[in-house]
Amino acid sequence: MLMNLFKFKGGVKPPTNKTQSTGLPIASTPLPSRLVVPLHQSIGGMPNPVVKAGDKVLKGQLIGEADGWISAAVHAPTSGTVVEVAMHVQPHPSGLDALCVVIEPDGKDEWIAREPVDYKSLKPEEVRERLQQAGVVGLGGAVFPTHGKLRPAKTVPMEELVINGAECEPFITCDDLLMRERAEEVVRGIGIFRDLLQPQKVLIGIEDNKPEAAAAMRAAVDALNEPFLVVQVPTLYPAGGAKQLIRVLTGKEVPASKRSTDLGVQCFNVATAYTAWRAIAHGEPVISRLVTVTGNVHAPRNYEVLIGTPMDELLKLAIPHPDTDGIIMGGPMMGFLVPDMHVPVIKATNCLIAHDDRLFPPKPPEMPCIRCGACAEACPHELQPFEMYWFSRAKNFGKTQEYNIFDCIECGCCAFVCPSRIPLVQYFRFAKSEIWAREREKNAAEGAKARFEFKQLRDEREKAEKAEKLAKAAAAQAAKKAAEAAEAAAAPAAPAAPVAPGGDGLPGAVDPEKAAKMATIQAAMERAKAQREAAQPKNTETLTAEQQRAVDEIEARRVVFEANPEQAATPASEKTE
Amino acid sequence: MELLLAIAIMALGALVLGAALGFASIKFKVEGNPLVEKIEGILPQTQCGQCGFPGCKPYAEAIAKGEVDINLCPPGGMEGVQKLADLLGREVKPLDAEEKPKSVAIIDENTCIGCTLCIQACPVDAIVGAAKQMHTIIAPLCTGCELCLPPCPVECIRMEPIGENIDNWKWRYPVVQIKAAPLPARDTSTGGGMKEAA
Repeated sequence: MLMNLFKFKGGVKPPTNKTQSTGLPIASTPLPSRLVVPLHQSIGGMPNPVVKAGDKVLKGQLIGEADGWISAAVHAPTSGTVVEVAMHVQPHPSGLDALCVVIEPDGKDEWIAREPVDYKSLKPEEVRERLQQAGVVGLGGAVFPTHGKLRPAKTVPMEELVINGAECEPFITCDDLLMRERAEEVVRGIGIFRDLLQPQKVLIGIEDNKPEAAAAMRAAVDALNEPFLVVQVPTLYPAGGAKQLIRVLTGKEVPASKRSTDLGVQCFNVATAYTAWRAIAHGEPVISRLVTVTGNVHAPRNYEVLIGTPMDELLKLAIPHPDTDGIIMGGPMMGFLVPDMHVPVIKATNCLIAHDDRLFPPKPPEMPCIRCGACAEACPHELQPFEMYWFSRAKNFGKTQEYNIFDCIECGCCAFVCPSRIPLVQYFRFAKSEIWAREREKNAAEGAKARFEFKQLRDEREKAEKAEKLAKAAAAQAAKKAAEAAEAAAAPAAPAAPVAPGGDGLPGAVDPEKAAKMATIQAAMERAKAQREAAQPKNTETLTAEQQRAVDEIEARRVVFEANPEQAATPASEKTE
Repeated sequence: MELLLAIAIMALGALVLGAALGFASIKFKVEGNPLVEKIEGILPQTQCGQCGFPGCKPYAEAIAKGEVDINLCPPGGMEGVQKLADLLGREVKPLDAEEKPKSVAIIDENTCIGCTLCIQACPVDAIVGAAKQMHTIIAPLCTGCELCLPPCPVECIRMEPIGENIDNWKWRYPVVQIKAAPLPARDTSTGGGMKEAA
């Protein structure tokens, strides 16, 4: 079927290097010695661990519970014992640690009870929840929780559902092999998405360097009698970027400020569709994925790998050449060298490339920008990388945002074509993370200010309330006293008092009370006086005559002073003068 | 006559314009000092009082009046001083205190006696607890101002620096590699000679 395709601006054609790993079918991997499953594998909230060290887990058992709506659950990839829930180094460019569940496999690979359902009997909300519970996330690389993308915009009708099988990045072939070997399940998974989103048409975009995959998908679509359209798109990096593929297939441009559903389009990866089908129709959560192992290895091929498998154990299966000195996770354009060979395979790991200097020669030093504009021509987002580079380099982050740095998808086309070999993407990542950090700080400061102001307001209010209460209490006291006084005044005037001598009986009753009070006060004062006297200085017993005389003199002066302070003070002041 | 008319016209004009200006100054009066707000936006809002003022706003007001230096805010760090200097056109001065890494307070919950003194001291309501109940810090809300440390009678609160983690990690500034230029020595000497000749 012929279809009018659109073009996106820019793009590059790096050597694809895909044929090396497509020769062999998908292989399964032996159970690794241990599995390190990071809890935070998707965008959104970090799942909370629900197991602890020593727990026995079954294959597919929940180990991390989704935290919030945009978060996806994490499951045990095989049966075994939880060794620890601890911090381990992550497959992340930072090389920092994050919370992981470490499982020692028992070798039985025993499944937990699976619950296959017919999704057509479920409400859309239930399907979305099942996908979240099964940990289904976008396997194209962004790992956004899939259920969060399966809600059409309320105002805009869903026009196209785009399924991304382009796989534009060099070396990576996992989606290619998936479509070749498991096309039927992919198409069934697309059926789930179709039923949830109700688009007018479904377009499956596959780059034209994968004719076998396209043929297999066409056959599956025909066999299942689905109206999906398999479209071969020109091979041009980065045609597999969601926005680029949407542009090529539908002609729509998704601005950075909008979601694609606002334009009536949604995009999913083929592997995501496959895992969604496994999750719903087989009750299998996402515990494994296809990973291309290629690069400087003897036998590059695709493996079905359990999440949490250490990368060095996986790489060993493909027999790396002895000069391998690192592992790149992802492709050569957007991937990064993992900080440690032992880091685990995660849901975002689509490819491991054994690194050596022959395949990836060390980059020659960066030269000054000559403003040739080659980067702007290669940029698939029609940005001006050279401008963003100047401002990122000068740390003028406001300006980088004016040049729409957040539209940059870090595809690496600009750095690929740069004749001065400037690591442009690194500058952009630096600028972006600085801007994010500032944003975080600003939000925190605003929150702190709001809470501080509220606390001040509350303190003031409490003070006012307290003062009011005290005033009220004082008023009540005064009122009570006044009432008592009135009563006292009224009592003698009572004409027919039953107690005849009550006339002076009342003050009589008060008087002894007062007298008793006075007596106790007197007694207390006397006690205090006695105590004071008892505490007289004790060094006055053995005094010399001279000292005694001085003391007597002072005492005499004191007596005079106490008798008549005015007169006593005057001679004293005179004396000093 | 003409002279009087000219004076009258000028006087009338002055009156009308004066009235318009007077009206505008009342009608479009800006509440508060906008500069204070801008300064406050730069200050980190820890409300820690390390500048000697009871909170960020009083300090901002004092800066706006020109009464105090701009380098008294340790949590804002040198970056804050730089921003304030840019805003106010003042000279950048080195910070008047040590710059500390951003920290968060931690309550040792086994030692806490539930006295609520730290809750009263916390300027940003980042501590939860009640009388004779255990208290704890809501870490994301803690600004690290250390105001809860002195009132604690059992010294069960300590400050812990927030290290780098995956969530707050930042990409580094790309480092430009400097390599020794492989130029032969003779070349440079002739270059120097040329310069001298020129």
